[in-house]
Amino acid sequence: MSTSSISGRMRRFAALVRKESYQAMRDPSTTLITFVLPLILLFLFGYGVSLDVTRTRVGLVMEETTPLTQALAASFQASRYFSVTTRQDRRFFEEDLVNGRIRGILVIPAHFTTDYAAGRRPQIQIIVDGSEPNTANFVQNYAQGTVANWERQRQTLIAEEPSAITVEQRFWFNPELTSRYFLVPGSIAIVMTLVGTLLTSLVVAREWERGTMEAMMATPVTAIELLIGKIFPYFVLGLAAMTLCVLLAVFLFGVPFRGSILALYALSATFLIPALGQGLLISAVTKNQFLASQLALISAFLPAFLLSGFLFEINSMPTVIQWVTYIVPARYLIPSLQTVFLAGDIWLMFLHSMAVMLLIGGVFFVLAARSTRKRIG
Amino acid sequence: MTSIPDKTELVRLSGVTKRFGGRSPALDAISGSILGGEITGLVGPDGAGKTTMIRLMTGLMLPDSGTVEVLGFDTAQNPAAIQASIGYMPQRFGLYEDLSVQENLNLYADLRGLPKNERTATFDELLTFTDLKRFSDRLAGKLSGGMKQKLGLACALLKKPRLLLLDEPGVGVDPISRRELWKMVENLTREGIGVVWSTAYLDEAEACNAVLLLNQGKLLFSGKPSELTARAEGRVFKVSGMSGRKRQVLAKLLDQEDVIDGAIQGEAIRIVTGNSALPDILPAGDGAAVVPAPPRFEDAFVDLLGGGPGGRSKLAEAQQTLPAKDDRPVIEAKGLTKAFGDFTAADDITFAIRRGEIFGLLGPNGAGKSTTFKMLCGLLKPTAGEGRVAGFDLRRDAASARNQLGYMAQKFSLYGDLSIGQNLDFFAGVYGLSGQRKRARVALMNEIFDFGRHAGQSSKDLPLGLKQRLALACAVMHEPQALFLDEPTSGVDPITRREFWTHINALVEKGVTVLVTTHFMEEAEYCDRISLIYRGRSIALGSPDALKASVVSKDNPDPTMEDAFIALVERSETGAKEAA
Repeated sequence: MSTSSISGRMRRFAALVRKESYQAMRDPSTTLITFVLPLILLFLFGYGVSLDVTRTRVGLVMEETTPLTQALAASFQASRYFSVTTRQDRRFFEEDLVNGRIRGILVIPAHFTTDYAAGRRPQIQIIVDGSEPNTANFVQNYAQGTVANWERQRQTLIAEEPSAITVEQRFWFNPELTSRYFLVPGSIAIVMTLVGTLLTSLVVAREWERGTMEAMMATPVTAIELLIGKIFPYFVLGLAAMTLCVLLAVFLFGVPFRGSILALYALSATFLIPALGQGLLISAVTKNQFLASQLALISAFLPAFLLSGFLFEINSMPTVIQWVTYIVPARYLIPSLQTVFLAGDIWLMFLHSMAVMLLIGGVFFVLAARSTRKRIG
Repeated sequence: MTSIPDKTELVRLSGVTKRFGGRSPALDAISGSILGGEITGLVGPDGAGKTTMIRLMTGLMLPDSGTVEVLGFDTAQNPAAIQASIGYMPQRFGLYEDLSVQENLNLYADLRGLPKNERTATFDELLTFTDLKRFSDRLAGKLSGGMKQKLGLACALLKKPRLLLLDEPGVGVDPISRRELWKMVENLTREGIGVVWSTAYLDEAEACNAVLLLNQGKLLFSGKPSELTARAEGRVFKVSGMSGRKRQVLAKLLDQEDVIDGAIQGEAIRIVTGNSALPDILPAGDGAAVVPAPPRFEDAFVDLLGGGPGGRSKLAEAQQTLPAKDDRPVIEAKGLTKAFGDFTAADDITFAIRRGEIFGLLGPNGAGKSTTFKMLCGLLKPTAGEGRVAGFDLRRDAASARNQLGYMAQKFSLYGDLSIGQNLDFFAGVYGLSGQRKRARVALMNEIFDFGRHAGQSSKDLPLGLKQRLALACAVMHEPQALFLDEPTSGVDPITRREFWTHINALVEKGVTVLVTTHFMEEAEYCDRISLIYRGRSIALGSPDALKASVVSKDNPDPTMEDAFIALVERSETGAKEAA
């Protein structure tokens, strides 16, 4: 029978892909999810969200003015972590701290110089706004660090010979520890999750809602042709969205790209398999756009965000949650992508990630194909 | 492919049962067959099992027990073979709205494996056949209901099927397109194609070569519609020339032992009796005459269901007679116009409805009935013109006007997750009833509509007829002066429709004023006057009898409401052309 012949199969497949591409091009929501949303996300992570703290505003109170305290004040002013306003009296700052205009008050006490001269450890008082624990911690640690630095430098100056051992930190691959460098590659994974899972689940669910799926199924098309014909255009769109993100990351945000294009595409293409599979599975089960979008956000977008090591360190999660992260495909993509950008090609790591993503994708596809058999009820 | 002789059996259903969940089966042990070369009507109210039956024939759904054989293949064993040679148009046409007419055709041609060298000719033939040639570049979403319907049909016909399955093709289409579609399908049957046409409209059923009549999943009748109609032969009468008020006469006639069904038809009354004896028409007064009338499919259907309800309406009996304070109209529309951008949904609609009158807005979906309706309820602000209900200007006093009206929205718009009792309580509260009066009214509704047994059930799980009663109960809870009914009986079975109209007729006799929209030609006959709405304009206004009389011609001495509608639309279009 001609319906099962290879040429019939190819023709039907081509027809489905063509139809899907026309629809994707004409549907504004596709453009929105594929190109506008990634831009917004990238700009958010590129400019808005930075996990580095710089120029935190603090008040510095100098209860005495001596060359010694001026030297310490100068090192606070020189620090790129603080933006310092100096006053003689702490009462100047109390209201500012309460109102949140500054994040902390650093007090160099009146007896600082005498204590220091007497060889006692110099003490400075740090008052922080405890309602924001992260910032408070940060102010406290960096203030202590600045004092320690200042002290060490002073000793070096005083001592005839520099001390034998100094600690010098050096960060490989991201020497300045710029969080943008690892946030931007990570957000590419988020964008592909959006296109692969959210968009795909929406367009399949829409076919069920509009009754076109039913009309399709009553033709000689097979379930596999329907599935592949549906996802192929979104596979291409996913890679297009990824390419856009990479170009922006490299040329606009100056993120280094040390790996190969081949590795980038191999990883991304592999990641799209579980992402698309999950989208298909969701829409096949719900057959409703609203439910599909909710499920896609909760089961794909949020895990890619929270459980992938993108924003939060997996090693510091509770053990049970750590187990859960093993089934989040983004968990495998994000470190590999970060490596491609910041370190270069490490194929052993990539192949391992790709193998796991393929496995997860395979499971999704089998489940999706089972629930998209050509039956309605 | 071998040539198919006429009237071969294309589908055989043997003891087919299908269940969804634990409720009563959607289809209950159905056996029957569908022949080639004819139109088989799959007839029944909403929820009767029509769509389920069609899906079973496509092989997209399998029966729980029994077998479905299509074109000689068992749907469970070989659905692919069936799907290769059937055409199927689901309820929403199965078109891609963001693809153009031509792109939709290309897609289905590829999917159905239409050879490349046959395409030009086939497309040309189908586009000519459906009169869509001028629109081949237009997006399917931008077509009118009737054009979508034809395109859906064209897609189903690309590779000439042996069996064509059409799920409610007559819904949402204006009567002119519906007639064209019917003619196209009739032409197909001449080539030996078997057509299944599912419908809730009994006039469509009457025109089929054969019908399978379904009600609540059960097969009530299978055979030629004329065979069923013949069962009511000699038992249908038309009573005219009454001296009393026609609705009171109808109620009295319906209360007679041997009268099983009756309805208003213009100025006359149609009744069906249990035996062929002439009915006693004493209630109709001295001048009344009774003559036998030709039976209709609907008469026989009602008969099959055990006859309609009596003529008493406890609802109306509990209603106080609304005294006529003055003879000003209760509902008034003056030049009502509503424009959405450059599209005028309602254009200069004017009418006035007297107290105790039933006024109908008749027209196809999308003609502007609901827009007019919503402006009169104060739900939509008119672009121009004014509307009054019970003397209140809707622009200044919409809230007071709304207090005087009861609104029954299209389809079922009550809270599905609330029980009957909770819905009644809620609507009583919304209409400002409280304390003793609220308790009394809710108790009364429960008694009148016999909700007792179902009171605790979620209303979304109720049978359609009960839902409809509940919707009416909620709309009349506060004894409104005016009732607004938006497509009140579309898709319900004839018994429920009769019961509904018995209440409405009796309420009208108590002085309630009714505005009803319908696309159901039969229902228009129950109205005192109707306005025909077509493409936003009122093209004719008058009593059903007067409108029908205005289109009487030599070819058609006794036109139906649909004939009148079509003739008046054509007349208004030629009028518009001459004016231009």
